[in-house]
Amino acid sequence: MRLKIEKRNESASTLSVLSMSVLSVVVSLVILGFIILSLGKNPIDAYIQLVSWPFGTIAGLTQSLISMTPLLFTSLGLVLAFKMKLWNIGAEGQFYMGAFGATWGALFLFNHISNPWIMLPLIALLGAGVGAGWGTLAGVMKARLGVNEILSTLMLNYVAIYWVNYLVYGPWRDPASYNFPITAEFPKAAILPQYTANGINLGMFLAIAASFFVYYLLKWTRFGFEIDISGDNPKAAEYAGINVKKMIVIVMAVSGALSGLGGMMQMSGVLFRLQPNFSPGYGYTAIIIVLLARLNPFVTVVVAFLFGGLIVGTQQIQLFLQIPFSLVNAFQGLLLFSFVAGEALLHYKLRWLKA
Amino acid sequence: MKSKFFFLVVLLLSIGILAIASPLKIGFIFVGPVNDHGWTQAHYDGGVVALKKAFNNQVQITYIENVPEGAPSLNVLNTLASKGYNLIYTTSFGYMNQVVQAAKRHPDVIFEMCSGYELAHNLGEYFGRMYEPRYLSGLIAGVMTKSGKVGYVAAYPTPEVVRGINAFTLGVRAVNPRAIVHVVWTYSWYNPPVEKEAALSLIDSGCDVIAQHQDSPAAIQAAQSKGVYAIGYDSIMEKFGPDAYLTAPIWDWSKFYVPDVKSVLNGTWKSRFYWKGMETGIVKLAPMSKLVPISVQKLVMAMENEIKTGNFHVFEGPIYDQNGKLRIQSGKIMSDNELLSMQWFVNGVVGKIPQSK
Repeated sequence: MRLKIEKRNESASTLSVLSMSVLSVVVSLVILGFIILSLGKNPIDAYIQLVSWPFGTIAGLTQSLISMTPLLFTSLGLVLAFKMKLWNIGAEGQFYMGAFGATWGALFLFNHISNPWIMLPLIALLGAGVGAGWGTLAGVMKARLGVNEILSTLMLNYVAIYWVNYLVYGPWRDPASYNFPITAEFPKAAILPQYTANGINLGMFLAIAASFFVYYLLKWTRFGFEIDISGDNPKAAEYAGINVKKMIVIVMAVSGALSGLGGMMQMSGVLFRLQPNFSPGYGYTAIIIVLLARLNPFVTVVVAFLFGGLIVGTQQIQLFLQIPFSLVNAFQGLLLFSFVAGEALLHYKLRWLKA
Repeated sequence: MKSKFFFLVVLLLSIGILAIASPLKIGFIFVGPVNDHGWTQAHYDGGVVALKKAFNNQVQITYIENVPEGAPSLNVLNTLASKGYNLIYTTSFGYMNQVVQAAKRHPDVIFEMCSGYELAHNLGEYFGRMYEPRYLSGLIAGVMTKSGKVGYVAAYPTPEVVRGINAFTLGVRAVNPRAIVHVVWTYSWYNPPVEKEAALSLIDSGCDVIAQHQDSPAAIQAAQSKGVYAIGYDSIMEKFGPDAYLTAPIWDWSKFYVPDVKSVLNGTWKSRFYWKGMETGIVKLAPMSKLVPISVQKLVMAMENEIKTGNFHVFEGPIYDQNGKLRIQSGKIMSDNELLSMQWFVNGVVGKIPQSK
């Protein structure tokens, strides 16, 4: 008897896709449970901590929503790029550059503007613009020179992070901060409207609005149609008169702009001053999010929210069960792993062959 | 008027009774893993462990490790505050921006911030004058180097690190006026592979004593593998390089945490900038290994005594900077504000600090 892998003839139904996604989450939770058990803790307690605070209390829900915002912006940027099979791994760097642009505008270029309704759009544009530029860089290299975008975007992340670090440790240090590596605080005009004392701000709503924008782009515009065609079959797209190289550059720019906007929102909405290492890897988590959401902008909102809650929830299990941090990374890895495995099962089936 | 006063007394009394009845809930936020053999472990041992021992069931302690600086730390701070934690310690400068926000939002929770500078009525700062034992370790390095080149693996060019390098160099040059100290930045507090690489590059360029401002013992392991001496940091790191390890400037945070918690328990806590030196024991030089000659050990202990009694100040002029310019006049002692923002290297350091405009 031996095992044979066969391609499935019919394409997967929505139901089986959905159940596969749910199943992969369940499987990773079960494996996580065994790991927690091996640490001598009760996995049921851990699951309760994991969901009860981030999804069951106002304060926790607020934190989940705030954590969702940067994840959602970077994810939406990736949805566009991935739709065209452009594997933009650079959301993290584009996010950093957006924060850089926003800080540049708020503290140095427009610091004399005191009207928030002029200031905020300006720094949002600048943040999105710098993020777009960062994406374009990888796009142009791909279109002109055929440089693999996975490598170029990944490496540009490091450039962006070191660039921000250089500024914060060097020229942009706040003189009032005893030479500590942190910029001055944003002026009042550069701070997004805050709706609750614990940090719900305009950025969250704009992130959700952005998902409608991405949906509209993909579903209802010629541009979205061209993304689809170019992604599915670049040769056919060329024959149909689509300039695929131009599309690569534009899509990378828009993708970078969305992540850059996320960086600006994080600065103006939550942090208010640039500091080193301010992102715990939102741009990388976004990759997992959009894959789980199967590149659907609305599902992305839901998954980003769940991941925001996951970040908050895992802090809970660390705080109140003293479960080590590495488990958080292990869980994210498990999720991705079981998802990829499930994806394979959607397209292929296993069959036992009698010898 | 009188009734108002009476009411206030009753209120204060009842708060006091409540405080005695229920344990003080304390939260620690750590930037690294509690078993890093370095910075975080020193806080864990001197904080979580020492407090449990000192106060038993008067306190209830939780901690969280590896909290990224930035927005996630704000979540943790808010969670602890809204779950009834009344005293929260944060142990990295990178949290300062978030601690300030959280302190504003939760005015009745006490926040303590290590190695920052912002204060508020419910936000205190604490730190130790690590430059004092660093100076002593510099004396040892100055004696032990044969090549006259000492290496220093340093995390970030913050004033704290710069101050440490300067104190160390002053120590080296006090016994070996022609020796120089080479600095390599790793741009990371905790990244063992990078720290090791940095140490190896210093050794390859001729340094035969390696000092460090990093949170892992990787530099000591590198020194051990290449047969040169090393000076640790944070905790006694002898087991990572028994043939390399000379000593380490180390922390004993219990000297701060225990009295601090006591002051919160009996209601006398006040926001302040706690910055104490060797006289309290919060910073000290770990026992010198047998590689350090007895005569040198005696010299170091004599200097230690001078520092503790206040007869000797590490940053007392004349002090020249890298370009040979006199920065501190003879007989003048640098003020705390000058030390806190120190952003220039003393004569004898080879390395660069990124300048602000």
